[in-house]
Formats: sequence, structure tokens, C-alpha cells
Amino acid sequence: MAGQGFSVFLFQSSSYALRAEKLLAQEKIRSKLIPVPRSLSSDCGVCLRTGRADKKKAIMVMEKNSLRFEQVHDLK
Amino acid sequence: MADFSERVGANPGRAGHRLAVEAGRIVYNTREALAEFFNAPDPLRIVFAANITEAINICLHGLLEPGDHVITSSMEHNSVIRPLRYLEKAGVAVSVAQCTPEGELDPEEVDKLVKPYTKMVVINHASNVVGTLLPVREIGRICRRYGLLFLVDSAQTAGAYPLDMKKDFIDLLCFTGHKSLYGPMGTGGVAIGNRVATDALRPLKQGGTGSHSEKEEQPDFWPDALESGTLNVVGLSGLAAGLSWLREQGVAKIRRQEQKLVRKLLAGLEELKGVTVYGTKNATKQTGVVSFTLRDISPSEAGLRLDEESGLLCRVGLHCAPLAHRTIGTFPQGTIRFGLGAFNTSEEIEEAVRAVYQLTKRS
Repeated sequence: MAGQGFSVFLFQSSSYALRAEKLLAQEKIRSKLIPVPRSLSSDCGVCLRTGRADKKKAIMVMEKNSLRFEQVHDLK
Repeated sequence: MADFSERVGANPGRAGHRLAVEAGRIVYNTREALAEFFNAPDPLRIVFAANITEAINICLHGLLEPGDHVITSSMEHNSVIRPLRYLEKAGVAVSVAQCTPEGELDPEEVDKLVKPYTKMVVINHASNVVGTLLPVREIGRICRRYGLLFLVDSAQTAGAYPLDMKKDFIDLLCFTGHKSLYGPMGTGGVAIGNRVATDALRPLKQGGTGSHSEKEEQPDFWPDALESGTLNVVGLSGLAAGLSWLREQGVAKIRRQEQKLVRKLLAGLEELKGVTVYGTKNATKQTGVVSFTLRDISPSEAGLRLDEESGLLCRVGLHCAPLAHRTIGTFPQGTIRFGLGAFNTSEEIEEAVRAVYQLTKRS
């Protein structure tokens, strides 16, 4: 069913991911910082996981605050 | 700080486990608190350094190139004048705007030094020797008019006097954690405004940032580009605590209290015979720093006797600011300097004046 599962946002730095976590929390969007899945990137930092249903809203919040993310993926 | 050391102790941005994330959150929250405090455009434009001296060096070495011209004041600390004199040898032209013997600066003095190739104006917000406040907003306005970058060394004022990057037209606000922001030593940095482009500032050092680990080149985005190596997260936890205490108190309240104490100290010292007080001698025009000399006792001897006889701890001599001492006429012997903070009391001021009186009486 559409909207189930998770999406993850990748950022160029963990500082960006931390800012995203704060901004989403202010908009009551649940998220969690997790290690970047090896399949997505060789980077050693964190990425931000949200519910897939919240993906669009999360993108809007980040765009509104001029916070750039590098990639967004739906986790299987 | 104890909480961080006992409970967290991990390196932010270097791993994805919960303690590393928690450490990252502490650092990020400190950025956010500082951005709010200084009205900076973006928490990610708060760059941490080992101290304010390093932050000033990051900005000056990173932005100035041979052929550029920079204007500073004659009340600067060595943290500004030494990197500038070093860069001068590499071909950066340096002009020094003359301040009055009270340490004041007429913005016109800056205006008349502006040349077609001037790139930046660098001044302290208040002198560490006499506490005299410089007209930051007026100088900021001049910088905007000519399209110059404006760097402010806020070591003596951040937390003790209102500062607003937007209203004061500041592009690079260098700060230290260990003075009026009530954080620990080893914390400091710079808040960078939107007029400074990321690619215009060359990093002073290169190394691990926890980001783009697969690349052998330095990242090109902030804060990472300018923050190689492990941050002082223990110190930054303490700085966050200091900022939260400041927010509760309010800068205006602290300023009022310090002004009251400075007024009392100035009045007390000026009544004593054989004591010369420097600066504007006006509490509304200075921060909580009061400098003076004694007619019959050298600053170094006075410092030792105040410590041994009255338990009064103060810094004597040149205060790492020979240029400022030349300006006020106390080079090379220097002055005796009392520094006041939010935790000083009216009774302590009375004790200090009594102790200085004892020195003048017995000399």
C-alpha cells in the first residue's frame, strides 16, 4: 500500500541532517537519524529516516527553510 | 559538560550510533542557540574554532589576498593585529584608523581610509584594555555603502552588550565562549553572514569532517569545510549551558548591572589620589573593563600586592594589546585592569576600591 514503509534523506553533512531533524520536529513530523545504509552511500555519517507518508511534507519543510538534501530514497 | 562526558562522550558526525547522534545534537543545538543570539542568517553558518583567535585567523587568512586592502583600528588586540601584520608581509595593505586616547573611534576615520581596492574592515566591538565601545553599527553602515566585508571581534562584548548581525551590518562575527557567553575556555568561532560566499573563504586547515568520507578533497560546504578535526564537544556543551543561562537572564539585565558596577568602580577610583583611570570614564560608553595606573607603584608590583594582600586577582601589563596601549599612552609599562562580570557584587567593588586605596596610602 502506498504510504507504508520508510523514506531516507541523505545530506552532505550530519550538521544538515541534524538541522532537518529539528525542522521536521517543529512541524510534528516524526523522523530518526540512522547510519547511512551501505547500499545508498559509502559515507560514514547519518541520514534521516521518515515515514514514507511524510516524505512530501518533509521535502516541503526543507525547501521552505532552504535546507538542501542530496538524495531521497524509499526503503524497501 | 559532566553530563556529556558521563553519558555521551561520542564524536559527532563520525558514526551513526545513538551517542554520536546525541553528540551531534548538542553541537547543532549550540549552533542554533548562537545563531539566534547573534541574529545570524543560518545555524549552519556558525563555524566553531579552538578560540576566537583561531576564528579571526580563519577569516583573515581565508579571505585576504595580496593586493587587497584592509582597515583596522588602533585599539586592536594582538589576535587581530598580528595576523594582519603577517599578511602585510605577504602583500596585503593594512591601514590603521586612529582612535582617541580614550579609545574612541570616529567612524569618519574609517571612511577616509577607504580605497578602491579595500576589501574588509576589522575592528573589535570593545577594547580589552579600557573597555571603550566602538561604533559598530555606524562602521557597518559605511562598509555596506562601499561594499566592504565587516569583521567584528566581539571577545569583550558578546553576551555583555547587545549584538545583532543584521542591524549592525556584520558579515563575520567572531566570538569567544569563555568570557561573557559564560562558556568554558577552548570554545569560540565565527558567525558568517550571507554576503560571504562559501567559495570565497579558503579553509585554514584540511582534514576529517565526517562528511564525504569517500573523497580525498576537502568538502566545499559550511560548516564542514572550515571545521576539520574533532570539535571540543565537552566545551560546546558548556557553552550551550552558558547561552541558556544568558537567555534566562537577558543581555539587557546583565548590561544594566555591569554598568552600575562600572559606574561605582570608576567613581571610587577617581576619588583616590595618585590613581589615573583610562578610557572614557563613562559607564555607558564602555564594558566591564576598567584600566588604571598608580603614580608610585608599577602595574606589575601593584598586581602582586593586590593578589597577596587583598586576594584581588587582576591582569596587569600590556594585555596582549601593545597597539591599544600606545593609543591610550600607557606603552610600555601597561596598566592594572579590573574585569567585571555578571557575578560581581557592589560589595566587591567597595572592597576593590579599598584595596587600591591601601596601596596608594602605603606607597
